[in-house]
Amino acid sequence: MAVQSVKFYQVGSRAVGNRLLEEALRTEQASPARRNALNSGHRACQGCGEALGARYVLDAAVRATGGKLLAVNATGCLEVFSTPYPESSWQLPWLHSLFANAPSVASGVAAALKAQGRDDVRVLAQGGDGGTVDIGLACLSGMFERNDDVLYVCYDNEAYMNTGVQRSGSTPPFARTATTEATGPEPGAPIGQGKDLPRIALAHEIPYVATATVAELHDLEAKVERAMTMRGARYLHVLVPCPLGWGSAPADTVRLARLAQRSGLFPVFEASHGEITAVLPIRSRVPVAEYLRPQRRYAHLFAEPPRIDLLERIQAIADRNIGRYGLQEA
Amino acid sequence: MDRPFAITLDVKSSLANHTGAWRTERPVYVDRWPPCNKNCPADENVQAWLYAAEDGSYETAWRRLVADNPFPAIMGRVCYHPCESACNRAQLDRAVGINSVERFLGDEAIRHGWQLPEPAADTGKRVLVVGAGPSGLSAAYQLRRLGHAVEIRDAAAQPGGMMRYGIPTFRLPRDVLDIEIARLLTLGIELRLNTLVADLRAELAEFAAVFLAVGAQLAHRAYIPAAQSARILDALDLLGQTSGGESPQLGRRVVVYGGGNTAMDAARTARRLGADEALIVYRRTRARMPANDIEVEEAVAEGVRMRWLSTIKNVDGSHLSVERMELDEHGVPQPTGEVEQLDADAVILALGQDVDHSLVDTLPDIDIVDGVIEVDEQMMTGHPGVFAGGDMVPATRSVTVGIGHGKTAARNIDAWLRGTPLPAEPVSAAATFERLNTWYYSDAPHAVRPRLEAARRTSEFTEVVGGLDAETALYEARRCLSCGNCFGCDNCYGVCPDNAVLKIDGAHGYAIDYDYCKGCGLCAVECPCGAIDMQPEAT
Repeated sequence: MAVQSVKFYQVGSRAVGNRLLEEALRTEQASPARRNALNSGHRACQGCGEALGARYVLDAAVRATGGKLLAVNATGCLEVFSTPYPESSWQLPWLHSLFANAPSVASGVAAALKAQGRDDVRVLAQGGDGGTVDIGLACLSGMFERNDDVLYVCYDNEAYMNTGVQRSGSTPPFARTATTEATGPEPGAPIGQGKDLPRIALAHEIPYVATATVAELHDLEAKVERAMTMRGARYLHVLVPCPLGWGSAPADTVRLARLAQRSGLFPVFEASHGEITAVLPIRSRVPVAEYLRPQRRYAHLFAEPPRIDLLERIQAIADRNIGRYGLQEA
Repeated sequence: MDRPFAITLDVKSSLANHTGAWRTERPVYVDRWPPCNKNCPADENVQAWLYAAEDGSYETAWRRLVADNPFPAIMGRVCYHPCESACNRAQLDRAVGINSVERFLGDEAIRHGWQLPEPAADTGKRVLVVGAGPSGLSAAYQLRRLGHAVEIRDAAAQPGGMMRYGIPTFRLPRDVLDIEIARLLTLGIELRLNTLVADLRAELAEFAAVFLAVGAQLAHRAYIPAAQSARILDALDLLGQTSGGESPQLGRRVVVYGGGNTAMDAARTARRLGADEALIVYRRTRARMPANDIEVEEAVAEGVRMRWLSTIKNVDGSHLSVERMELDEHGVPQPTGEVEQLDADAVILALGQDVDHSLVDTLPDIDIVDGVIEVDEQMMTGHPGVFAGGDMVPATRSVTVGIGHGKTAARNIDAWLRGTPLPAEPVSAAATFERLNTWYYSDAPHAVRPRLEAARRTSEFTEVVGGLDAETALYEARRCLSCGNCFGCDNCYGVCPDNAVLKIDGAHGYAIDYDYCKGCGLCAVECPCGAIDMQPEAT
């Protein structure tokens, strides 16, 4: 896990940088020399968590690889808002093919590099939750199984946002989407369905699996850096709130990612060869309602009368996560 | 240009797409007014000097401090630090120990021999300051810095006023006082001691302006029937004698009558002079006692006892009659007729102090209301060119308030001498706790200054509260949340999804690139200290 051993009182380890911190202890995002792999002028919505997460991950990976990095992108918001022909926001070699095949394309790129004897250039594949947990899952599972030398990053905003907020396999229970309306006795997305992709990745027993959020930058960067020290198939799952799809204020993107982690609904951990090796403990836990209330996709839970029963079922999921991963701070 | 098949446009960077046009609100860096600064009677820029101290730039910190207050080492010992009472960090864990860092800086300055800033070029104007207490010295310092010739006159044998004759040495060692006053005088301020100003009208012929700060030194008397044999003395006399090194014999049982800071100091002094029992008798309740909480706590820790809701009816030899009081619905103590007897070898009266305003008797246009001198917002009395401050004017009486008055008066005297009104300082909006994003601040408990253990301090006049060492002072300075003022954490630079925050050299270190800023507000919400406002765009 991201280790910050310096005793630093004003902002601890949580801010992006700080004038009082040694440069080495600041994040890459604090550096004026960061790559800005995803440049200004992209057409993501105000406060887009995915745009933020992609820059966080890629800048850290660029630093970790000394700039010798190329990215393969699945179809999705990230691809659409960054490359409306003829413009591109990418400041690294970047390749887009189809919605489903990003893991396979990345495997192919890695194989090509290997055939050329280029072991210095590293491959990163990225996509949203739709391209990852649904449409590209077969390709991704194959990439895991073959242990291809690719870091696959999923930016999870929990629905198909680009096409109009349809449910994905990653949409959480009772969230309203265009295809799971807030009607009936159990409104919103069904409970007990969907896919927990970090756990599916764990089951492949690949060298490295980790989760992170855009709210814990030091933690996120440390994980990218660790992943780039390894070879073989690696998987990083980053929670990226979506103001449009979640019905939240653009300014609340980081705050919501933080509340997701603090409530226990989004467990932050890392694992090696199928075994959990570390978790980010919850500092000052919050009830799930505190995370859900600012999001209009859950507005029906807080109407008159509030759906206490459903909130309790969501709370049970958080409680289970906290028990399963040992998230409670000692 | 030759393009590949089916390609009709050149590849461009997305930088061509100015997303700033989407914006309805724009982030703007602001400096807000932190509660410590707002609450400082001497108008110190606390946040700014703590900021310098945070990276160990102690001399820079000290220089920022002495711009407003020439006595950091004294302040760090005697100020009741209203800054800490207002500190936003108190809502998180505990207030920043501003006062202890101030003392550390003051002591560092003494250790290194740092000197006050050089005065400006001479203006040719002469100003008389009457009274060498905190207010007079502060005014003289600020006037001298502005280039005026200053003469201070004081009736006492040594400068310092109540800092020397009212504050016990266990709170303020006299070497500290002497060093800070001497450092101030080296700026070229003339000090005439043992000089009573009797007729102000005569002095006005010689000086362009006058600042009066003679304090309140007349002990307020209450009529207490007492037999000849009773030993009754004034708290101010006691404090004056002991500060001069005398040890008046008080006996074993001492009663102090009054509930202000002087009463606390007198009771603590009595304990050190050998009184086994020091009892404070006060007619109202603890909650209504004017003494500062810190003084009360320290007195209690030293074994001083308190008797609330009591008045002294008469004193006969070593016998005191004390009547129990009750508060009426207005909070005013009313007699109950229940009288008890107490034994005391001495009774010390600490019932407040009055102003000796005889020196303005020749200036009838100066108003005296309730025994204190009326001044306007510029600290000027009814007589043009005569200003007053400190304990003489209606205000809370403390060293820090006096220093603040001196500074305010000096700036107004300067403006008056130049014939140009003092420009109104823009008041910035408050840096409230609600604007902080406290997630980013670590839990860092307050560093408590070492205190002489109570047993030792009741027998000695050595200083009770110790100073911080460098490491602890740094720790304490870094607990500052920097409310409402950027401290360079890079959060705005990091959390912008559009790379629309730039790092620059300059006051704030950052700037918004409005070509690309979409106005999402993430930077403002994630700013730990609330130094970014979102302002509506003109439509």
